[in-house]
Amino acid sequence: MSADKKVTFKKIKATGQMRKIMADYFYDLDGAVKDETQKVAWCTSVGPAELLLSLGFKVYYPENHAAMLGATRQATNYIPVANAIGYSPDICSYLTSDIGAYLKKETPLSRAYEGIEGIPKPDVLVFNTNQCRDVQDWLAWYSREWNIPLMGVSTFRNIGEISDEVLAGIVQQLKDLVPKLEKISGNKFDIDKFRETMAASKECTELWEKVLETNMASPAPMSFFDATIHMGPAVVLRGSQTAIDYYELLLKEMEERLADGVGAVEDEKFRLYWEGMPIWGKLRDMSELFIGLNTAVIASTYCNSWIFKAFDPADPFLSTARAYTEIFIVRDEEYKEKYIEDVVRNFKLDGILFHDSKTCPTNSNNRYGMPERLEKRLNIPSLTINGDLNDLRCYSEEQAKTQIEAFIEQLEAM
Amino acid sequence: MEFFAGIDIGASTTKAVIINTKGEVIGYSVTDSGADFELAANQTFGQACEQAGCALDDCIVASTGYGRNNVPFASFAKTEISCHAEGSFHNFPRAHILIDIGGQDSKIIKIDNDGKRINFRMNRKCAAGTGAFLEEIANRLKIRLDELNGLAEKAQDNVQISSYCTVFAATEILSRIREGSGVPEIIKGIFTSVIKRVLEMDSMEGDLAVSGGVVAHNPFLVKMFEEKTGKKIFVPPLPQLTGALGAALYARKAKEV
Ligand code: SF4
Repeated sequence: MSADKKVTFKKIKATGQMRKIMADYFYDLDGAVKDETQKVAWCTSVGPAELLLSLGFKVYYPENHAAMLGATRQATNYIPVANAIGYSPDICSYLTSDIGAYLKKETPLSRAYEGIEGIPKPDVLVFNTNQCRDVQDWLAWYSREWNIPLMGVSTFRNIGEISDEVLAGIVQQLKDLVPKLEKISGNKFDIDKFRETMAASKECTELWEKVLETNMASPAPMSFFDATIHMGPAVVLRGSQTAIDYYELLLKEMEERLADGVGAVEDEKFRLYWEGMPIWGKLRDMSELFIGLNTAVIASTYCNSWIFKAFDPADPFLSTARAYTEIFIVRDEEYKEKYIEDVVRNFKLDGILFHDSKTCPTNSNNRYGMPERLEKRLNIPSLTINGDLNDLRCYSEEQAKTQIEAFIEQLEAM
Repeated sequence: MEFFAGIDIGASTTKAVIINTKGEVIGYSVTDSGADFELAANQTFGQACEQAGCALDDCIVASTGYGRNNVPFASFAKTEISCHAEGSFHNFPRAHILIDIGGQDSKIIKIDNDGKRINFRMNRKCAAGTGAFLEEIANRLKIRLDELNGLAEKAQDNVQISSYCTVFAATEILSRIREGSGVPEIIKGIFTSVIKRVLEMDSMEGDLAVSGGVVAHNPFLVKMFEEKTGKKIFVPPLPQLTGALGAALYARKAKEV
């Protein structure tokens, strides 16, 4: 077997539509920046977006922008710029590449979308520390740079059971944001709007979940590498009808693939879980490598992280608190292991890949003995690859390829 | 007559092994990989053929190592992880852990009673725990690589080198020299550092075998390994050729199918 053989890459037809709605989204944001009456909020990717949208903010997600810096392989030009002003190369490379790009006055947005000159300057920066501390530090930098208010929610991390007390604390923090946000937006908070936005978000994430679940079939229709791209609208357009329409379209296409027995990987022999961040600059290479190895990487913590089951328009504050606290990244090892176990069983997976992402400890779940425990618990092998989400200097391609090929050879010999 | 060849193009050296149908090694060679992998493969294979008294047409060839896809005359390629496991199980047909310390990377491979690979680990991206670390330090101390083993043997004492990083380790060594440590003690210290880096890669329960270029050239390091682990450690007759042997064994298996 050789990973270097020619591969057929099956393009997803909905990609064109996705590009269009993403372009519309960025133009809309750009328009808002130029329009005095429109207010822009930056929000961390699993932050209280629905609340912000209901208050009339146009919402921008800096992590999405940072992922673009990674995917376009520009990040390593910018990370050193942030390092030079005191932001360590060991901290989140989303943060360092994004701030570095800002300092160099460059953005992939202006390359991709004619007429957009820069990232949309916000009126408020809103974080949730449910995922890590870096998001707060990241937005704090812009807050100082532009003298723009920074606020957010501090969530306990590494928790097992989610107690009522924890949720009550978060609900309180969310409610405390409201008057401040009202003042900035100039709009009165309207609980019905909040409910409506949440209902739309819920529908979007349920459709996204259905898309991902088509991969329970063999052959699986969509690879993890495709899913990381098609997840875009679930991140930045959740809460809108546009996102719902998009996932209906994508779901239809994946269901057609199911009906026709079309897999993302020709002649699928093995099915794997990807645990951890994508290596953004290497999506295409990774995708081709696995196609060449007849291996489908088809389930992941990362893509599942935008499924918010708890959303309940009947109680939008409490369910916001719950939805954004019960996600994988916030939970303890026991919860995470059980979660992966369920996915491995439901998707009939043969092995688990852990990506030890140098600059994102919270998404590098191999670091506290989990691979070893899961191997025993599930009786399937795992492999840990060293790399990074954006900083390709932390990634040794040859070594990773050899390890992946060796892992597949191991599965073949089992 | 039929022969099976394995060519292992590593980052530092290229190894070729030729075996007969019984699995006996009848020819082998080691050369520097240099910058032209294809050339290295040709030369090394040619030398091994000469020793074995065979030609390309008599052989089924399998390639392995970082340059495994640069051997145009190989029928197929396998990763060095699989080949090392295969070669090591041929040498020690029982469950064991193989520790291979190569020029640029180290591997820990767990093999079960049937010769199946259960698990493997490679060192992280840096030189710690590999031959590259020894090379760099030898270079700094202006010592030839083939002198390391003899010097380490002479050491009266063990000098502690604790840095992971090769560059930091080199600075540490400068301090040790200033403190008056002898060169043999320092060399023993860097051997200890390699052993420690390797041992912390995985748990080492059960029988252990070691292989790789570093082991081939430094038998004293194996002795130190034994002292450190309190275990008898198996060393194959041709420690540097485990991967190439494994590839040759795969070539033989391919013929059986
Ligand atoms: S979760 Fe990781 S990648 Fe995301 S912002 Fe935090 S440190 Fe960066």
